[in-house]
This record gives sequence, structure tokens and C-alpha cells, in this order.
Amino acid sequence: MSRGKVNPWLWVAGIVLLATLIALPFGLSFSQREVAVLLVINVLLVSSYRLMTLTGEWSLGHVVIMGVGAYASALFSKRLGVPVPISMLLGAVTAGAVAALLSFPLFRMKGFYFLIGSFAAGEVIRLIWKYFTNPFGGPKGLKLIPGFPDIGPISFFEPLPYYYLCLIVVGMSLFFLYRIERSRIGLTFHAIHWQDKLAESVGVNTFSYRMLAFVLASTFAGLCGALYVHYIGTINPNRFDVEEMVFVLIWAIVGGTATFYGPILGVVVLTVINEVILRALGFDTARPMIYGFILIASVLFLPNGLESLVPKLQAWRTSRRTAPEGTPASEEKA
Amino acid sequence: MSQAILEVRDLTRTFGGLTAVNRLNFSVSPGSVHGLIGPNGAGKTTTFNVISGFYAPTTGQVIYQGKNVSGMTTVSLARIGLIRTFQGTTLFKEFTVLDNVKIGFHGSVRSTLIAQVLGADREELAAIEKQADELIEFFGLADLRNELAANLSHGHQRALGIAVALAAQPKVLLLDEPFTGMNPEETSRMMTLVRSVRDRGVTIMLVEHDMHAIMGLCDKITVMNFGSLLTEGTPQQVRTNPKVIEAYLGSAIDAA
Ligand SMILES: Nc1ncnc2c1ncn2[C@@H]1O[C@H](COP(=O)(O)OP(=O)(O)O)[C@@H](O)[C@H]1O
Ligand SMILES: [Mg+2]
Repeated sequence: MSRGKVNPWLWVAGIVLLATLIALPFGLSFSQREVAVLLVINVLLVSSYRLMTLTGEWSLGHVVIMGVGAYASALFSKRLGVPVPISMLLGAVTAGAVAALLSFPLFRMKGFYFLIGSFAAGEVIRLIWKYFTNPFGGPKGLKLIPGFPDIGPISFFEPLPYYYLCLIVVGMSLFFLYRIERSRIGLTFHAIHWQDKLAESVGVNTFSYRMLAFVLASTFAGLCGALYVHYIGTINPNRFDVEEMVFVLIWAIVGGTATFYGPILGVVVLTVINEVILRALGFDTARPMIYGFILIASVLFLPNGLESLVPKLQAWRTSRRTAPEGTPASEEKA
Repeated sequence: MSQAILEVRDLTRTFGGLTAVNRLNFSVSPGSVHGLIGPNGAGKTTTFNVISGFYAPTTGQVIYQGKNVSGMTTVSLARIGLIRTFQGTTLFKEFTVLDNVKIGFHGSVRSTLIAQVLGADREELAAIEKQADELIEFFGLADLRNELAANLSHGHQRALGIAVALAAQPKVLLLDEPFTGMNPEETSRMMTLVRSVRDRGVTIMLVEHDMHAIMGLCDKITVMNFGSLLTEGTPQQVRTNPKVIEAYLGSAIDAA
């Protein structure tokens, strides 16, 4: 975990990235702009998922937790008339609170059992949505959910303004997630992942930290759900089923989870492949199959994810620019 | 003799039908190095596990600083200064030496979570890093400060394990076979380290098979066999006790 000394190239890269992100929608068609909105939301979804995995536990409930944020924000705004920006925050908080409650049964389990437990917990929540027509709308879900309010002449009904809104919210959230990981808390999360017994022996309360990671990750997942629902305007329980969770897992695995940017690479690359290539070829309905194929290919040929290409690229660049010294960038791993 | 800092009373721990520790009694004086020896499977590690809260005692009590701490969690025991190390090299192998020791200082952190996320804990972090560096220096690891723990030699890994434990500000430190697998040079270096940790005022309880180290370091030795107390005394008394010799010969242990 190296810190300090910010590379000036990083600033340049950051500014270029920001400019690209701002300019991006102008090069896109209407439907591609809609995809870009969802992509930005998914970037936060998979990044928040990674925060959870830092303590070593992989959950299958993350998309359902996103749904908790979506349902909560939809209901707060539609039923109780809470202004949408506030209902979004309340949705995020609700998702975090549900995670806090789930921590007590779930963190009695570890590894595979946790995975199955989190899946079961998610299915129970989805059953609740399906069963209780009031207030959750049953299997058909909720419709006519209020959108984000206009600000002056800007209507967030259009994908372009909503894209920028999401960009700001997601950008701030990513910064927060990044800070968490770089802080002592992040170091402690990693420590619990690698050696929970040793961590406990020096006084780290592993349950509290696992719960903290879960609650924080879920809060941001809930925010994703809220951003999603006030854009799409309708939700139903099947939007948050296990197939969607599998997509999140594939983004994370294909991108790699050792670095902060790994899962982001995963979701961006897979979405672009899906949209640009598949849609152009006319078989975008084959998404699950294509994703499955990419997953298998990446596990076979790129077991450490797309992120593992970055240090290799850097080493290749420096070896070209300077005299060959053979120093691979080994500081990438957090 | 002053009041014991750590005491076990009639301590028993069973696993199913197996009695790993059987009505064990001993008491550890503050500031001493107290040995716990016995053949493999005698129940030494289990005793440590019960004292440090990894297992609850089946019956009996653990008394620490005059207080019954039986059944308290490892975390709360660590917070009040009862720290154990592990048999074998248990480290955060993926971390640098410095980050390993920094985790050891976990209990010293006072900043709130929010302050930590916002980076408002810089001063405290710097103070902890300074203390960590002192410990790293003390254990002769200064040159390896930014090296991954996985890349250290066996002896250095053992030293780091104790540095992590020491960072947690122990009053009593339980060391489980710190000398195993060390060459003579590493052993004598480690003996010096254990003495200087004791000189810092830390009470040490030591499980070890290396008789040279045990005899050289301990003020008092408790000998276990088949989960029970076999005998207790000074190194001189234990070394010449026929029961001890018999127990060790009977199990053909590497006791020199
Ligand atoms: N978690 C456990 N479950 C079942 N049996 C155990 C467990 N831990 C230790 N034992 C048994 O208890 C006995 C004492 O083991 P241990 O305390 O590790 O001995 P020592 O450290 O003196 O070599 C052994 O027979 C061992 O197999
Ligand atoms: Mg043992």
C-alpha cells in the first residue's frame, strides 16, 4: 500500500479522462446515451461490490440490495411525496440499514456458506416484494415513479442531463470509496481478508469491520438503485434477480478485484463489447451467452483480470522509453 | 513473590471425547519469562488458545490481573493487554513489514472512522508510523521496512510476528514456539530479543521445544503431559526431574 508522491502523469491522465467523460455523450446516439447512463451507474455498483470483497466475503445479494435502495427511494417519493433527491439518499440509507440487520445472521458464516446465505437472504427480500402487493406492487412491481426534478431549463428525463447527474454522484461516491480503501480502515479490511485470526489477536473486531464493509458497500449499491429507478421510472422484482448478480460477478472477475480500477475496467470493457460489437452484429440478445464465453476465456487466458494488463503495459512503455532496466511496476497490488 | 498477573485454575478443555487440557493449574509472576513445555500433543497450544480467548474453557478459570477473564473474546482480551502469537509463521504475508506492524497498532487508534476516511487522522497516522518504525528497528528489520512479509527469511518472519504482537501493547505476551525452524544464529538473536521484550516490562509466556532457549530464558517452567500438569519449577529443577526426562524420552522428542 504505497502512498505519497503523486505522479504528474496521473494528473494529465485524470484531466484527459474527465474531458473524455464530459465529451462522450456528444459522440453517441440517443440509445447509446441511455446505455452510457446505465454504465455509469454500473461502475458504482461494481466498485461498491469490490469494497465488500475486500474483507474476503463474496456476496450474491448485492443486486438485491441495490433493489432495496431502488424500492425504498421509489416508495419514499411516490407514496410519501419526499422530493426525489432526498428520497435517493433515504434509499441508500435504507439499503445500508438492511445490510446492517443482515450482518447478524450472515457473518456467522464464511466463504461458501456466506455466499449461499447472502443468496438466500436476497431471495427472501425478493419474495417479500412479490408477496406484498402493498406497498411493493407484487410481481408487477412499481410504475410511474417520479423522475428527478427539473433544475431550471434542465430536464432529467433526457439521458444527456441524467448522464451528467450520474457522473457527478458516481464520481463523488468513487472518491469516497477510494478514500476508504486508502485509509487505515481499508488496510484493516485487507488484513481481515488475509488473516482474520491474526487480526483478532491484536484487537481487531473482525465482525464490526466486516459489517462496516457490508453496510458501506450496500449504501452505495442502494444509491445505484435509486439513480436507476428514477431514471427508468418502473421496477419489478425480476430486475434484481440472480442473473443480474451474475453480470456483476462477471464484471468483477473479468476486470479483476486486486485494484480499485479492476472492476471498473471490467464493466466498461464488457459493456462496450456488448454494445458496440454485439449490437452492430445484431445479436445483442445473446448477452448471457457472450458474457459466459468472455468469462471462461478470461479465466483461462487472463486469470488475474484485465487489471493485470495495466502493470504490463506500464512496464512495456517504460522499457521502451528509458534504457531497459527491467523494473516491472510492482506497486500496483494494494 | 508478587501477585500473579496470569493464572489458570483447574483449567479443562475437551474436544468431543478428547481431553486436551486436564485440570491444569499454574500462575505467572509479573515481569517473568514463564516456560510451558511438554511433548507434542501435550496441550500447550490449546492452553494458549483458551487463555487468549480463541476457545472457551470447558471448566475452570483464567485469571488475568486478578480478574476472571474466562470466556472473554480474543478481541477484548487483546484490548486489555493479553496478546498471543501463533505457532508457525502467521503474518499478513501480502503486506509490507511496515503495514504488518501498523495493523498491530490497531488498538491505539483513536480517530473516528469518518476522520480516517476524510484523511483527518494524518497526525495520528504519522505518530503510529513513527512508533512502528521504532519497533521495526528494535527487531532489526529496518532495511526490510517496505519489503513484503512473504519475502522475508524465516527468522525475520518470526521476529516480525513478535513485532506485530508487541505493537498491540501487551502486558502479557504468549509466544507459541518462536524458535522452531531457526538456525543457531537466529535462535541466539531471538533469545536476545525475548530478553529485551521482557526488559520492556512485558511478561512472557513461552511454549518451546528448543531446550537451550527454554533453559536460558525462563525464570520458571511448567511441564505438561497428556493435558495435565507434570511438574513445575526452575530450569535447574525441571532439567533434573526424572518424570520430565521420562516423558520426553517416552515420546522421543527433539529435546537436546
Ligand atoms: N480444535 C481441535 N479439535 C480437536 N482436537 C484438538 C483441537 N486442537 C487440539 N486438539 C487436540 O488436543 C491435543 C493437544 O493439542 P495441542 O494443544 O496442539 O498440543 P501441543 O501444542 O502441546 O503440541 C492434541 O491431541 C490435538 O489433536
Ligand atoms: Mg502446539
